[in-house]
Amino acid sequence: MATADAIAALQERFPELNLLPLPLTRYPTGEDSDQLWLRIPADRLLEVARFARDDPQTKFEQLCDLAGIDYLNFPDAEDRFAVIYSLLSLSHNHRLWLKVFVNDPDPEVPSVTGIWCGADWPEREVSDLFGIRFAGHPDPRRLLLPDEIKDHPLRKDYPLRGKGERVAFDALTRESV
Amino acid sequence: MGLNIATDASAGGSIVTTRLDFLVDLVKKYGINWSRKNSLWPMPYATACCGIEFMAAAASRYDISRFGSEACRFSPRQADLLVVAGRIVIKMLPVLQRIYTQMTEPKWVIAMGACASTGGVFDTYSVVQGCDQFIPVDVYIPGCPPRPETVHEGLMAIQRIVREDGVKSSKERGKGLQLVIEPPQMVQSGPEFRESSLCERARGPVI
Repeated sequence: MATADAIAALQERFPELNLLPLPLTRYPTGEDSDQLWLRIPADRLLEVARFARDDPQTKFEQLCDLAGIDYLNFPDAEDRFAVIYSLLSLSHNHRLWLKVFVNDPDPEVPSVTGIWCGADWPEREVSDLFGIRFAGHPDPRRLLLPDEIKDHPLRKDYPLRGKGERVAFDALTRESV
Repeated sequence: MGLNIATDASAGGSIVTTRLDFLVDLVKKYGINWSRKNSLWPMPYATACCGIEFMAAAASRYDISRFGSEACRFSPRQADLLVVAGRIVIKMLPVLQRIYTQMTEPKWVIAMGACASTGGVFDTYSVVQGCDQFIPVDVYIPGCPPRPETVHEGLMAIQRIVREDGVKSSKERGKGLQLVIEPPQMVQSGPEFRESSLCERARGPVI
């Protein structure tokens, strides 16, 4: 059972999405990587994810990773943000990547914590650092940054040295303690 | 020192009373500081690789107990030397300040390594560019991370501060210590040294 069978099963189940497998990268030698990704619209993500986990042809039981990307100033990019789901089938030993593209005002993706519960903290991290909202997340607090911060520092338009967060503290002196 | 021989008959004429002010002064000036500088209890506030290097400095090969500082305390209430080892991020700085205020007087602070002193290579939104902006620091140890010998040199600098300035509390010490730390004596390897029998032996036949 190879990745091609899983992709064929997904294409057969969702013909209206025109799923087209693309290589994740191209090597300097000119060859394409054999790791394939599919573009999924955000409003159909939950259906596709549930099918990918449960169908005997696909059986992606494990969500290896969940990451965000900001495509600002990226050559040939059409959308601002992407959320990437890295799937692994333990029973068939094949992998597939799903990309969901969202755009600025109010980027929102449905949460897949109901399908793979391991998505809990990665989704919180992405929403913390990129400001992408995960609709239906059970615990949508910030994961890494302090609660006082309102920005999302991994966005490309955020200044590298921040907006003064790192100096906004009261100094303790020997006299004041 | 005042020496009085009681001549009062009611005292029996055999009692000598004296004042030991000078002895108390001596003990205050040298004794307490001497004991204190040789039993500094550090609290390693280790957030990065400098913490690993501090462990190497404390372990048997370099052996920080030669300086009386082997009793690492992980409670600020029991420590008198705070070793800030590693980068401090904005979420961690309020914790560090709280720990500094929880330490009992007198207390000293070492900023160990490039990150704790200046932020190091992490010139980003979340890393504080030197913890000395927000807590008072006595000694900076250079290095990325510092070698155990350098950590010991920093500890000895703290000991020199304690010897001169130790009984004062932080409030009395104020902003500046006004204390010049002598640079360490380097090993001189001039021509005489190279000609010496020690080098002769070191250059001996390779077995």
